Amino acid sequence: MTTSPDADRDDAATDNGLAQTGATVSEMRSGRMNTVGIPTEKSKNFGVTAKRLMKRMSRDLVVVGVIMAMAVTSVTLIVLGPRLLGRATDLVFDGITGRDGAEGIDFGSLHRTLEVAIGLYLAAYFLAYGQAFLLAGVVQRTMYRLRRDIEDKIHRLPLRYIDRHSRGDLLSRVTNDIDNISQSLQQSLSQLMTSLLTIIGVLVMMVIVSPLLALIALIVVPLSIGTMNTVAKRSRVKFMAQWRHTGELNGLVEEAFTGHAIVKAFGQRQQVEERFARINDDLREAGYGAQFLSGSIQPAMMFIGNLNYVAIVVVGGVKVASGSLSLGDVQAFIQYSRQFTQPLTQSASMFNVLQSGVASAERVFELLDAEEEVPDPVSADIVTSSAGDRGRVVFDRVAFSYDRNRPLIQNLSFVAEPGTTVAIVGPTGAGKTTLVNLLMRFYELDSGRITVDGRDITELSRRELRSGIGMVLQDTWLFNGTIRQNIVYGRPDATEEEMRAAATAAFVDRFVHSLPQGYDTVLTDDGGSVSAGERQLLTIARAFLVNPSILILDEATSSVDTRTEVLIQRAMKNLRRGRTSFVIAHRLSTIRDATVILVMENGSIVEQGSHEELLKRNGAYTRLHRSQFTSAERVLD
Amino acid sequence: MLTILLRQRMGPYRPLIIAVVMFQAVQSLAGLYLPTINANIIDRGVATGDTGYIWRLGGVMILVTLAQVLFAIAAVWAGAHVAVGIGRDVRGALFHRVQMFSAREVGQFGAPSLITRITNDVQQVQMLVLTTCTLLLAAPFTAIGGVVLALRQDVGLSWVIVVAVPVVGVLLSIVVSKMVPTFRAMQERIDRINEILREQLTGVRVVRAFGREPEEKARFAVSNSTLTDTALRGGRLMGLMFPTVTVIVNLSSVAVVWIGADRIALGEMEIGSLVAFLTYLTQILMAVMMATFMAALWPRAAVSAERISEVLATESSIRLTENADPARDLALSADQYSLELRHVEFRFPGADAPVVSDLSFSAVTGETVAIIGSTGSGKTTLVNLIARLIDPTRGEIRVNGIDLRDIPECVLGTLYGLVPQRPYLFSGTVASNLLYGKPDATEAEMWGALEVAQAADFVRAMPGGLEARIAQGGANVSGGQRQRLSLARALIRQPHIYLFDDAFSALDLATEAAVRQRLVPLTRRAISLIVAQRVSTIRDATRIVVVEDGHVVGLGTHDELLHSCETYEEIVLSQTQASGVGS
Repeated sequence: MTTSPDADRDDAATDNGLAQTGATVSEMRSGRMNTVGIPTEKSKNFGVTAKRLMKRMSRDLVVVGVIMAMAVTSVTLIVLGPRLLGRATDLVFDGITGRDGAEGIDFGSLHRTLEVAIGLYLAAYFLAYGQAFLLAGVVQRTMYRLRRDIEDKIHRLPLRYIDRHSRGDLLSRVTNDIDNISQSLQQSLSQLMTSLLTIIGVLVMMVIVSPLLALIALIVVPLSIGTMNTVAKRSRVKFMAQWRHTGELNGLVEEAFTGHAIVKAFGQRQQVEERFARINDDLREAGYGAQFLSGSIQPAMMFIGNLNYVAIVVVGGVKVASGSLSLGDVQAFIQYSRQFTQPLTQSASMFNVLQSGVASAERVFELLDAEEEVPDPVSADIVTSSAGDRGRVVFDRVAFSYDRNRPLIQNLSFVAEPGTTVAIVGPTGAGKTTLVNLLMRFYELDSGRITVDGRDITELSRRELRSGIGMVLQDTWLFNGTIRQNIVYGRPDATEEEMRAAATAAFVDRFVHSLPQGYDTVLTDDGGSVSAGERQLLTIARAFLVNPSILILDEATSSVDTRTEVLIQRAMKNLRRGRTSFVIAHRLSTIRDATVILVMENGSIVEQGSHEELLKRNGAYTRLHRSQFTSAERVLD
Repeated sequence: MLTILLRQRMGPYRPLIIAVVMFQAVQSLAGLYLPTINANIIDRGVATGDTGYIWRLGGVMILVTLAQVLFAIAAVWAGAHVAVGIGRDVRGALFHRVQMFSAREVGQFGAPSLITRITNDVQQVQMLVLTTCTLLLAAPFTAIGGVVLALRQDVGLSWVIVVAVPVVGVLLSIVVSKMVPTFRAMQERIDRINEILREQLTGVRVVRAFGREPEEKARFAVSNSTLTDTALRGGRLMGLMFPTVTVIVNLSSVAVVWIGADRIALGEMEIGSLVAFLTYLTQILMAVMMATFMAALWPRAAVSAERISEVLATESSIRLTENADPARDLALSADQYSLELRHVEFRFPGADAPVVSDLSFSAVTGETVAIIGSTGSGKTTLVNLIARLIDPTRGEIRVNGIDLRDIPECVLGTLYGLVPQRPYLFSGTVASNLLYGKPDATEAEMWGALEVAQAADFVRAMPGGLEARIAQGGANVSGGQRQRLSLARALIRQPHIYLFDDAFSALDLATEAAVRQRLVPLTRRAISLIVAQRVSTIRDATRIVVVEDGHVVGLGTHDELLHSCETYEEIVLSQTQASGVGS
């Protein structure tokens, strides 16, 4: 796979597909119920990434402190509850059995105890809710900052990075991964914290109430963990198989549906359906195993919990009967043991959630850590050259390569005088767009320099450099906004008249009038009412409005119907008038009048000169010319 | 919609579903029986100091809990079978339905949407069935059983349950009903953020060229804030749920002890009942909570079910013929083929104007028919009609005198060599893609086809040659290469009818000329239909059909049309002007 920007258009075509698969993964993630036994992606460096994620929350340090305090308090209160209720039961039990010399139930102290319990529970409720409330704030503010930072980063990443990484992967990091982090933090943090605190609190209380029963209850811990691990290990294998088959199935479905016409026209329908049925059966088989095993964890844990319950009831009952423990204590203990097994399972499952969140965070941090563009010079003092000779571009012994081992451009020099046209020709993949990348400073030179109006482009701020250059690319990028918003993209302060003038010059005005909403028509991704050729015209209008002194025009090869094509050619010609223009040409006929023609082959310039000069040389250009015109000229012979 | 879909698909699993219900019933009742035994232990064992009784009942409790886990696991077993089974069946039905679709229905839904439906949406429904079977079904048994047992323990105390259950139910329903729209809004905002980021990444050159980073940041910040606000609301609502349930459980417990003490003092109730009651209460309220949570899954699955049913309810507009007819087969095994279109019209249902109308022309083996016209004039529709990817709404298309609609699918599949406008390759290797055209092709045949398609050179240069990897859709080769491989795939079949739908658009003129030159001997043995934008591509065709807005406005050779057809003249003129030739 080449990394040259020539591959851009093809990449873009696969974006949708990749992003879609990404969305699927995230949806599946969010659909989880019990995550124990479902393997999650493991982070390479859990500790470091988790710490870094926490650090990002540290801006809300005070709030985090408050949340911690509230969590500890509310858990303490909740944990004290059963003890109080146990006391109350004892008061009743003693009252009726006449123990401790009590005569009847002491309603006074019973009600006092219960009132305290009510107060305790209410306080715990407000603390628990307050804690969740504050935590949501911390998590969401952190996510806000993370999204902001990553968007900010996108604007500072060198194009080398963006071109080299698959768009699908980048998009998945900024969308799915952030989404996953947000969800897992929101879910896991509060529950993990409360669960862990509860386990500790309950353990303390159990020991206080009865060390013997506490010991029995503690047996649950290794038993639970052991069971969870055993089942999880088995189910993990099944889940892997399920994912593999899901991937296979999705792949087949995507191909069969996207290539629907091919499947049918090539008479392959039955074969494809047979293959699908096979994979579908495999998926069912693996899916069954995975769901059954992971679903069994819940009952298994319940079983262990119940065994524990029985043990406490029996041993406790015997001890109460012998008088060494009170009934209230046993009752409290039953409640404690229930509170003990549940957070245990919960912590395990939340830890899994957290782990997948951290794995996502790792990918996001990787992006945030990527090397950035060389910063703009600090004192980029603006020297405006006299209007007459603006747009002089000099390439001075420029060398450049995308890959250090494969030199692409070596020792390239040429001068584009103000108002002239430089045409770049050559077969696809020859690296024509590389020159654009260098002039726009999307990529940095390896050596040599490029000057615009006598100033090295590295001494200019990027903004300053680029504001003087208009660009019309093959890839007609327009954003989801109205036609008007798209035309004024480069100059949001343009007046309506200026906007219309640019639109008229680019032959946009005509077709816009045929649209019911005119300039307020919203452009959508699928094109809708605006054809590919018309989109190209819009990008020309956009460049017109900026009124740059230098122009970069990339001719379209894609299927634009012939009549619109004529308009595009004429609009581009209008636009070129009086500006230094770089034209990446696919048809030689359009660039005959160019001042200089650069013929590129395999990334280097093999010839340069005017049309006549190059024809005389009888070299690469002549060959190119001959191959194109022999077929074209026959049209009218 | 969800219930209808499930009812339709439940058939083969009815016994299993009944089993799930029964297992869950036993399981939850067993769970509820434990506190009852516990009460007995306290009242008859602890209070009287009868240790033997305590041990005996302890043994019973172990048996009960063992029964509970066995039935619970059995329920999961049966439930998992039902869920994955229904999932598989729905996927299978969807896939078959889509495969039977004509290009029209596929276009109507859009391939990406169909893909999401068969993957995500089915997954959602399967998930719902699974959670229903393994978790939700136990809830009503626990809740109802719990209430009954609680009443048996002591009627006087039961009003605590009578109050607490609806309170939990109502409060949680309120929270959930607020959460559903919040989460829906959140999804929309996430989509919006994704859209902006996608635009920024795909348009990174334009954004930077115009120095619009500050505006882009501002645009993003607005969406980021609104998303954060919504997510915050959702997070806070979610945070409300658990404490709410907990506080109600706890306050009810206090109420039980409070009231219970009075009743015990009056001798209307035993102390063991008090302890049992506390356990029932927790179990019942947890069941209610579970049911409420599950209820939150329902709307999402319902939307998915709707999207699935929509596909399943859509009838394909073409019916494939399967039965054989000897006379027909004989006619179709000839060496000489003819293709005839008679007054063909195609119109989308409900559309005002047909996409193509009154189209008639014919061709025999060795002839080339070219179609030219501006975009949107119905050229691709015509190709789809001839390949029988769609059926005409009026008129007929005949091959060797037989209506396409009477030709069996297996024969139809061998007639054509289609090179579509957007070349699509399947993941695999160069060879596997060529074999798609002809499963028994030899290596020599493959190279032959690649040679003609001008693809041999770059395939040779690819690592592995014929075995070079091709990514899904052909994403790892350039547009021009993809088109040439797609061409080779059609050529290797040596079909009776070639359909070139703008098949040379990504090739430069020189390559195109070379391809067409090599095509000549092959097309002599078949009927060729060429859709093209460039006049140079179709100049030599036996017949050129000029279409505009779905109508034939000219039919003839290049020279004839140049003098008789205004539209054709215009096209020729515009192209020669654009390319500067002849000016």
